[in-house]
Amino acid sequence: RVSGIQHRQTASYPAHSVLFIFRILLLAGVNQPDSPSSPFPPSPPPPSQSSSPPAMSIFEYNGSAVVAMVGKNCFAIASDRRLGVQLQTVATDFQRVFKIHDKLYIGLSGLGTDAQTLYQRLVFRHKLYQLREERDMKPETFASLVSALLYEKRFGPYFCQPVIAGLRENNEPFICTMDCIGAKELAKDFVVSGTAAESLYGACESMYKPDMEPEELFETISQALRSSVDRDCLSGWGGYVLIVTPTEVRESVIKGRMD
Amino acid sequence: MGDSQYSFSLTTFSPSGKLVQIEHALTAVGSGQTSLGIKAANGVVIATEKKLPSILVDETSVQKIQALTPNIGVVYSGMGPDFRVLVRKSRKQAQQYYRLYKETIPVTQLVRETAAVMQEFTQSGGVRPFGVSLLIAGYDDNGPQLYQVDPSGSYFSWKASAMGKNVSNAKTFLEKRYTEDMELDDAIHTAILTLKEGYEGQISSNNIEIGIIRSDREFKVLSPAEIKDFLEEVE
Repeated sequence: RVSGIQHRQTASYPAHSVLFIFRILLLAGVNQPDSPSSPFPPSPPPPSQSSSPPAMSIFEYNGSAVVAMVGKNCFAIASDRRLGVQLQTVATDFQRVFKIHDKLYIGLSGLGTDAQTLYQRLVFRHKLYQLREERDMKPETFASLVSALLYEKRFGPYFCQPVIAGLRENNEPFICTMDCIGAKELAKDFVVSGTAAESLYGACESMYKPDMEPEELFETISQALRSSVDRDCLSGWGGYVLIVTPTEVRESVIKGRMD
Repeated sequence: MGDSQYSFSLTTFSPSGKLVQIEHALTAVGSGQTSLGIKAANGVVIATEKKLPSILVDETSVQKIQALTPNIGVVYSGMGPDFRVLVRKSRKQAQQYYRLYKETIPVTQLVRETAAVMQEFTQSGGVRPFGVSLLIAGYDDNGPQLYQVDPSGSYFSWKASAMGKNVSNAKTFLEKRYTEDMELDDAIHTAILTLKEGYEGQISSNNIEIGIIRSDREFKVLSPAEIKDFLEEVE
């Protein structure tokens, strides 16, 4: 840069201020009209010390994996336990699966803050419903409520993908998932969501079989979750599995690769 | 009543602790045509007189019994136009419930919300209470139900009830005739007899209206031909 500038005679200015002006022009990269073009093209600014990673979707900001599966008169819902801030892991005990009532659970993947807030709103609605109607909400009704609540925020959505799992009145399991603006998708076998969704689809598809008893369902869902999050850098750090039958609820924390 | 100086503003209590406008609204109801409802073991029946001001009125255009949802119906005593407004609001509330939960509204919830609307009009500025009492009949997961809603917004669940002109005689008659395990057809007969008790003139299939809901959960208003059959059975 220095080579492109030629010193010019200027009258009636003190020498130090002339040099000062030239230094400023130098820094601004201004070329004098009769100077040869610089052999070095202007280079991009050097990278800063704390480098920002490539742009991530808001759904991948915290990292998550949630899956629900249907068994014989029971269902299982599981999630990973990592909470990250982009690539850095910040918590290894983050809760993503929440209870609405004894036979209804919701898992929320996506942005952690939206998962927590959405859960609080849903519990609020359900408690009022329980007081007014003197009964628990049916899983299908709850799914419709979640869908309606998400669509209310159509143009500024919650960045969450819920997975809803419950037992109907005749103890038949019910699972469904929806996108962040409330498009419901019912399934008979399993539903998945989160950053590890694609791996989860593959793992569940191959490991699932219908009418599994609770013990076998537990093994299947744990293996499916573990193998899928191992392939996803943004989810993992253990797993949390809930098996719900008409008579009991079994919670377990799965140990997996802590990375 | 002695506290007539307090009857100008609805939202003011009288010294005796009454809201006089509501008392007046109940009087309006009490001078309306008789209506009644009976809850049977397997359904509910509601009925009302349909006395038209002149024989020139086209009776098919008058519908005093209306459906709020496919499984809930309502009848009134009092001012017809007020009734129409309440029917409209209740139908909308039922549909909003369905839109949110994709589940048909339970009878108690609809009654509660309709009563809340009626109560609003007893505590707002510049409005008057509704001049109707409603009898809401429905069949849902909790079985057959019959509710009465008053202009004040209070609601009661009844096994059998009557409102309007002939209320005291009708209620006495119902008390004698009502049994817990009544079948719906018996209830319809009892309803017709109760209406007949207080009817001035000759009862016929064109000057009463009957609505029923059975365990199939479909509210229907009986046609004049069907009413005629029941009338003949009664006689």
